[in-house]
Amino acid sequence: MKYRKIALAVSLLGFAGAAFADNSTLSRNMASACASCHGTNGHSVGGTDPLAGMPKDEMIRKVKDFRSGAKPATVMQQLSKGYTDQQIEMIANYYAAQK
Amino acid sequence: MTLNRRDFIKAAGATVAFGSLYGCAGDTKGSGNVVVIGGGYGGATVAKYLRMWSDGGINVTLVEPNPAFVSCPISNLVLAGEKTMADITTSYDGLKKHGVRIIHDTAIGVDPVKRTVMLAKSGALSYDRLVVSPGIDFIWESVPGLTPALSDSKILHAWKAGPQTVALRKQLESMPDGGVYALCIPKAPYRCPPGPYERASMIANYFKAKKPKSKVLVLDANADVTSKGPLFKKAWADLYKGTLEYRGNHGITKVDAASQTVEFEFGDKVKADVLNIVPAQKAGLITTAAGLSNVGGRWCGVDWKTLESTAHKNIHVLGDSTVSTPGMPKSGHMTTQHAKVAAAAIVNLMSGQPAPDPMVIANTCYSFVSAKEVVHVAHPYVFNGKEFLVPKGAGGVSPSRNELEAKYALAWAKNIWADALL
Repeated sequence: MKYRKIALAVSLLGFAGAAFADNSTLSRNMASACASCHGTNGHSVGGTDPLAGMPKDEMIRKVKDFRSGAKPATVMQQLSKGYTDQQIEMIANYYAAQK
Repeated sequence: MTLNRRDFIKAAGATVAFGSLYGCAGDTKGSGNVVVIGGGYGGATVAKYLRMWSDGGINVTLVEPNPAFVSCPISNLVLAGEKTMADITTSYDGLKKHGVRIIHDTAIGVDPVKRTVMLAKSGALSYDRLVVSPGIDFIWESVPGLTPALSDSKILHAWKAGPQTVALRKQLESMPDGGVYALCIPKAPYRCPPGPYERASMIANYFKAKKPKSKVLVLDANADVTSKGPLFKKAWADLYKGTLEYRGNHGITKVDAASQTVEFEFGDKVKADVLNIVPAQKAGLITTAAGLSNVGGRWCGVDWKTLESTAHKNIHVLGDSTVSTPGMPKSGHMTTQHAKVAAAAIVNLMSGQPAPDPMVIANTCYSFVSAKEVVHVAHPYVFNGKEFLVPKGAGGVSPSRNELEAKYALAWAKNIWADALL
C-alpha cells in the first residue's frame, strides 16, 4: 500500500514536471510565430516593437486590447483574434523571461 | 488513500533523482543528423531553429546552390529601381555562426530507405531526418512556345529572385518610352498571390516617373485579381490610369518568342516590348525525384502537425511545395512558420518525445502599390487537429493604401531576414 502511494506520488509529480516542461516548450513554440516580425526571441532589429523583456502584464493588456479593438493597429488587431487568453499568457510569459 | 508527509518527501526525492537523470539523458533536446534541402525562407529558418532549440545537439547540414540568400519579397522594388540587389541579399554566414554546415550544391536525388541525399557535385549525405524546402518549379507545358532556355534569356519570369531580377530590370531600363511591358500571370495556386499585382503596380510607378508614354499590360489567367483585389484596383484607378491596364481570363495558348507575341484562349493577341511570363507552378524539382509530390503529381502532401511528408517517413516538406490548406498562401512568411512548426516537431522527435501540438501560426504580407504606399493582408492560422485554418472573424486587409505600412513593410523584411538567417 505504502509503495502504491509512493508510486502514485512519483507519477503525479512526474506528470506535473512533464506538464511544466511541456508548457515551457509550447510557450517557446507559440512565441516563435511572432519572431518573423518582432525578431528572434523578441529582439527586433528595428521598426517593430521589441518583445524581449516586456513585462508580462503589459503584453497581455496590449494584445487583448488589439483583440478587442480598444487599441488601434494595422495588423495586430487582425492577428490577435487567432489567440485564446491562455495562449496570449503563454507568449507573454515567454517574452517577459527573455533578456 | 492519503499520502502522509513522509511518503510524499520520499516520493519527491525519488522524482528529483529521476528528474535529474532525465535532465542529463532524455532532455538533451535532440541529437542526430538533419539535412535541409534549400536555403530560402523555409530552409534557412528551420536550420537556424533546429540548432537553437536543440542547444546545438542536432547536426544540421544545409544544401543550397546559391552563394547567398536573395529575397523574392521586396524584389519588385528592385525591378522598379527603388531598391538594389544588395538590399535584398543576405549572406549565409549568420547560419554558420549557429553551427549550420552549408554545402553549396544541388540535391538531385533522395533515397528514403537508406536515408541519403545525392548531390550533383559532392557525393551523398546521410540523414536521420530530411527537410525539403525547395520552393517552386515551373510547368513549362503550361505556356506552349516557351522553353526553359527562352525563359532564362529573352522572356523572363523573374519569379525566383536573383539573376532574373537583374535581367528584367535591364530590359525595363532599355525599353524605349512608349513601349509595352506585359505581365502574364498563371492560374492560382502560384507562389506569392499578390506578387504579380505588386509588380505591375511598381513597374507602372517607374514608367509614370521615367517613361510616361509606356504601358503596363496585366494579362491574368485568373478571372480576377486573386489577392487584395479592391485595394490594387483602387490604386490602379487613382495612380496609374492610362498607364496600367488589367485583363482577366487571359490563359495563354501560344507564345511566339521571335515576334514577342502571346495568344490567349479569349481576347486579342498581345505584342510586347518586354514580355514577362510567369508559368504555372509545381513543387520544386527535387520533390519529383524524391517521390514527394503525391498530390496530383504537383504538390506535396504533409501531416500538418509535423510537416512530415505523407509519402515518406522522416522527410519533412515546407513552404511553397506543400499542398496549401484552404486560405493558406504560398508565401515567404508562411514558409518560415512551417519551418518553426517542423523545427519544434523534429527537436521533440529526435529526443524521443512526441511532436507537440502546433502553435498558432500567422501570415503577414505587404504589397507596395507605389514607392511610398503599401497594402497588407494578414491572417492567423489555428491547427484543428488536421490542418491550419483561419478562425472566423480573424485576419484581414488594410482599410486603404497608406504610407505608415510602407515603413512596416521594410521593417518586416529586415526582421524576417534576420530571424531566418542571422
